[in-house]
Amino acid sequence: MTHGAKSVRTISAEGISRVEGEGSLRVHVRDGEVTEVALDIFEPPRYFEAMLVGRQFREAPDITARICGICPVAYQMSACAAMEDACGVSVGDRITALRRLLYCGEWIQSHALHVYLLHAPDFLGCSDAVELAERDPRTVERGLDIKRTGNLIMETVGGRAVHPVNVRVGGFYRSPDRAAIAALAEPLRRARDAALATVSWVAGFDFPDVNGQYRFVALRQPGCYALDQGRPGSYEGFDLAPSQFADLAVEEHVARSTALQATLGGRDHYLTGPLARYALNAASLPPLAAQAARDAGLGAVCSNPFRSIVVRAVELVFACDEALRLVEQYEPPDEPAVEVIARAGVGTGVTEAPRGLLLHQYEIDAEGTILHARIMPPTSQNQLTIEDDLRRVVEGGLNLSDHDLQWRCEQAVRNHDPCISCAAHFLDLTVVRS
Amino acid sequence: MSSSSSADVRPTLAVWKFASCDGCQLSLLDCESELLALAGAVRIAHFTEMSRATVDGPYDISLVEGSITTPDDAERIKEVRSSSRYLVTIGACAATGGVQALRNFAEPGSYARIVYAHPEYLQTLETSTPISAHVPVDYELHGCPIDRGQLLEVLLAFLAGRRPVIAGHSVCQECKARATVCLLVANATACLGPVTRAGCGALCPSIGRGCFGCFGPSDSANTPSLAARLRSLGTSDDDLVRLLQTFNAAAPAFRDEAIHSTPVRLARSGGQSKSGVEQ
Repeated sequence: MTHGAKSVRTISAEGISRVEGEGSLRVHVRDGEVTEVALDIFEPPRYFEAMLVGRQFREAPDITARICGICPVAYQMSACAAMEDACGVSVGDRITALRRLLYCGEWIQSHALHVYLLHAPDFLGCSDAVELAERDPRTVERGLDIKRTGNLIMETVGGRAVHPVNVRVGGFYRSPDRAAIAALAEPLRRARDAALATVSWVAGFDFPDVNGQYRFVALRQPGCYALDQGRPGSYEGFDLAPSQFADLAVEEHVARSTALQATLGGRDHYLTGPLARYALNAASLPPLAAQAARDAGLGAVCSNPFRSIVVRAVELVFACDEALRLVEQYEPPDEPAVEVIARAGVGTGVTEAPRGLLLHQYEIDAEGTILHARIMPPTSQNQLTIEDDLRRVVEGGLNLSDHDLQWRCEQAVRNHDPCISCAAHFLDLTVVRS
Repeated sequence: MSSSSSADVRPTLAVWKFASCDGCQLSLLDCESELLALAGAVRIAHFTEMSRATVDGPYDISLVEGSITTPDDAERIKEVRSSSRYLVTIGACAATGGVQALRNFAEPGSYARIVYAHPEYLQTLETSTPISAHVPVDYELHGCPIDRGQLLEVLLAFLAGRRPVIAGHSVCQECKARATVCLLVANATACLGPVTRAGCGALCPSIGRGCFGCFGPSDSANTPSLAARLRSLGTSDDDLVRLLQTFNAAAPAFRDEAIHSTPVRLARSGGQSKSGVEQ
C-alpha cells in the first residue's frame, strides 16, 4: 500500500483475510475520482465442470461437495435437485424435510462462522476472534456453541460436518433414527436462544451509512423462507423456473479472475445471499425470527451491506427455529431414498447456499453418464455487485487514511461473505490513488 | 494476531492454502471446544481465513492445505518450507493431489477449454501434485476432509516433540472395532475399506455405504487383490476405476490399479513423482 504523487493514490491489499479463499483487491483513485476497482480472484482453477464429464450422475453430489468445505451440503443439495430433475423424480415430503434439516445445520454452522469469526471483529476493531475473545470470551464462546450445534446436525443427519457422506441422489443412505434426531432438540433450543442474543449483539454495532443499489435475486417458495427448493425470483418481479433462470444468467470469463462473472442477460449485475433472501422472503419468516428482525430495526428491505451481519443473525434464528420444528416433527422416511433411474436429458437444481443462490445444471445420457456440467456459485454471481459496493465505499471514504480505507474496503468485501473456494476463490487489496 | 509482544514465547503456527476447498483448514475452526485453548497454547501467526493480522516467519509449525497446480504455487511452497521448522500437510489434496488430480489423466489443456472461454488468461500446470513432490514434508495427515480429532493429535504431538499416534491400517479395522457387519462379505457391496487408511471411523460402512477412499491408501494397501475380489463379485471395470479415481486418484496404490483396469482410457500416468509398480 503506497501513496503515489500528490494526485495519485494507490491502495492495495494482497491476500484479503477472513474470507474463504484467496484473492486481492485493487483500487485506483485519480484526482479524487475512483477510476478502477477490481476484485482479482486468483484461486487456482480446479476444473470441476470438466472433471464431471464422463462421471456417473450419482457421483455429482460427492464430487461437487469438494468445491467448498464451508458449504458442501449446498453443493450436494443442488446436485441432487438437478439430477432428480433430469430423471423426473421427486423424493417426497419426509426426505425433503430431512434434507431441509441437514441444510439448516449448514446454515447454522456457516452463519455462526461468518458472524462471529469472520465479520464481527471488523466492527469491534479486532484483527480476529481470538483477540475478541481476550476482551469478551463469553460472546465468542456463545458463537462457537451455535457453530457446534450446526455441525452436530450435519454429523447426525449427514454423517460428517465437512463433506457429509450420507447424501445421495434420491435421498440418503440411511435415515437417522428417532432418538438421534430427538437428541438435537436440547442443543437447538440453546442455540436458538444464543441466536436471539446474537441479533441483539450485532444490532448494536456502529454501521457506516452506506446503501447499495441492488438487484436482489433469491429463491421463493410459497409460505416459507426458501432454502432447499423454490423458484428464482427478483425483487423487481421476475419469477422463473430454475431452467429459465439458468438461461437468463450469463457467465463471462474475464482476465483478472478465475471465477466466471454472472450477469442477467449479459447486462445487469445482481446480488444473491442474505440481503436478497430477506428482501424477497421476510414476510415468510416464522414469528420468532420476524420479531427478532423488527427488534433489530430491520425494515422490509435492508440495503446497507454492512448490516448484512444483522440479517445473517436473523437467519441464524430462523435456521435454529426451523431445525427445531423439523426435529420435533421428524418421521423417518419409509425408505431412506427413492429409486432414481437415469434417463437422457437436462436437469437444473437451485438451492440457497449460506452465501446465496447455487445453480447446478447437468446433461446426462440414458446410462447416467454426465455429458455436460454447469455450476454457478453465489460468489460468481455477486462479484460484480461487490465491486460496485467497493466503488461506493472508496468514493465515500477518500478522506480516510490508506490504512483505514483498506480496512473499510476489506469489510465491504467481507459484508458479502464471499467464498472464493467456490467462485474459484480470492483476496488481495491494491488501492492506487492517482 | 492479538498478543504481538516480542516477549511472546509461544510456538508459532501458520496455515497455508494451495488448490483446495478450505474444508481442512475449516476443521481447525471446527475444533469449537478447543479453539480458544489452542489459540492460547500457540501463537497463530498466519491464518488468512481467520485473521487480518500476520506475524513474519519463521514459523514453528506450518499446516499446508491443497495441492500444487500453478507455477506460482510451485515457488510459493518453497518459501513456506524455508520459513517453517515443521511442515505438516493436511488433507488429500496436499497428500496426493486431491480430486483436482483427475486432470492428470486427461488430455493436456482439455479441462481448461471445457470450463473457461479464454484458457490463455490462465496460468496453470497440467498436473495437480502433492506437496511432497515439491518440498520435504515432516508429516502428512490424510483425509478428504481430515478428521479434527486427528488434527488436534498431530498439533499436540508436534508441540510436545513426539510422533503423532495415528494408525496407518485400513478402514476394515475400524468396522470391526465398531461391530459393523462387513458390506463386502455380506452384501457384495463395492467397498474400498480394505485398502483405505483408517481415520474417519468407518463412517460410510456404518450407514450401509461402501467406502469410497477419502483417506487414501492405507500403509500396506494391496489394491490388485481387492480389485480381483470386487471383479469376482460383479463390480465392472468402469465402476472400479471410478471408485479408485476420485479424491485420491493420483495416489500410486489407487492410480496404478485404475490404470491397470483401463489401459486404453488412461494412457497417461498420474501426477505423482513415484511411478511404476506398487507392490
